[in-house]
Amino acid sequence: MSAFFRIVWIVVKKDITVEVRSLELLSTTIFFAITVVLMFSFGLVVEGRAVPDVAPAILWIAIAFSGTLALGRTFERERQNDTLRALLLAPADRPAIYVGKLTGILLLLALVELVLVPLVGLLFNAPIFAHPARLALALMAGSVGFCAVGTLFAAMLVRARSRDVLLPIMLYPMTVPVMIAGVRGTAALLQPEPELAIAQFWLALLATFDVVFLTLALWTFDPVMTD
Amino acid sequence: MTRPTLYMLALAAGMFAMAPWIINAAPNEATMGLVYKIYFFHMPSAWMFLISALVAGVASARFLFFKKATADGWAVAAAELTVLFGSFTLVTGPLWARKAWGVWWQWDPRLTSSLVLFLMFVAYLLLRRFGGPGSDKLGAGMAIFSMFNVVFVWVSVNYWRTIHPPTTVVPTLPVEMGIPLWYCVTAFTLLYIVLLRLRARLEHQRTRVDALYLAEES
Repeated sequence: MSAFFRIVWIVVKKDITVEVRSLELLSTTIFFAITVVLMFSFGLVVEGRAVPDVAPAILWIAIAFSGTLALGRTFERERQNDTLRALLLAPADRPAIYVGKLTGILLLLALVELVLVPLVGLLFNAPIFAHPARLALALMAGSVGFCAVGTLFAAMLVRARSRDVLLPIMLYPMTVPVMIAGVRGTAALLQPEPELAIAQFWLALLATFDVVFLTLALWTFDPVMTD
Repeated sequence: MTRPTLYMLALAAGMFAMAPWIINAAPNEATMGLVYKIYFFHMPSAWMFLISALVAGVASARFLFFKKATADGWAVAAAELTVLFGSFTLVTGPLWARKAWGVWWQWDPRLTSSLVLFLMFVAYLLLRRFGGPGSDKLGAGMAIFSMFNVVFVWVSVNYWRTIHPPTTVVPTLPVEMGIPLWYCVTAFTLLYIVLLRLRARLEHQRTRVDALYLAEES
């Protein structure tokens, strides 16, 4: 078991080192996320007032868009010098490599969300500090579900043609349940009077989706990545 | 076309030709009158939609985990039929809903999950069409994920309170309505089997031609 986590840690450390040296993914993804939210606010803020109850939806759409971008770019980087093949050839458990890549993308997305959430709160008058712990939990559970499928699909698509368009096409229908649960759960938390019981229900559902998606992804990663 | 397929096709064609009379003979429903009769086509196509998604998922699992090369052809055939019968379901459903509920569409769990399942298989077909080499494995992975949504579609009506009638309606139908329903289910099943066999055969032949072509080149 410790060998498994050691490999996970090595893969994560590799991704962090590569990213810290260029900051390419982090800077572009954060800027992309900001522009997405701004585009929405141009469309949805009418006469200086935001349309009510749109904040959760915009937050999650921005997460999905920037998550897709980050996933695509992460694996594009692995494709350029065929480093993904090298990674797969390493004498390591395939599931450990998958978890390592997943953790790297989740860390990146967490940093993006740290910028996104305050921005959405500011532009759409959402009370983001009412229940910060629960909000963070919802964001985390949602991101895990989204990225669990996303990492698998992006890794599979590395060798495919027209992968840029195929990733969102495959990923969005598959993660609709996560998006619904994420938006509803966040909406319940961002009400003027938060509905904690409802938020609890959607959080539990998110956790269920996470478990299902992670299990399926760990199960299929090895056979689909084998030539 | 093999002989059993031909017989099944003839039988299915005959049954579909007779279907309007059989359905016409069924009594009108107390509150919805004539409109409910679209159910005789809606429910069988919805069943074939779900069964087909399961077939695609199981075939993909066989292809991916047990390296059964021919299973991929079955998966492709089943995925196409999922989209076909899914479209029947998603067209007949709203036609009925407009009269029964007063709206074409509702975002209720049954409808949403059915639409999502349909979209997943459209994505699968797009992937198979444009993914290039290696898309067979990719597609298999995706079909296995999609298969789990079938369970969700099935239980959604019984688990959540939705406006879609639950699955428990079927055994409670009176005999005069039950006969045309099971008649249509049989006709749809026959049609499904015929189409599945034909399409899988075509796919198997296509892979063989591809393999021969590659062998010739090298």
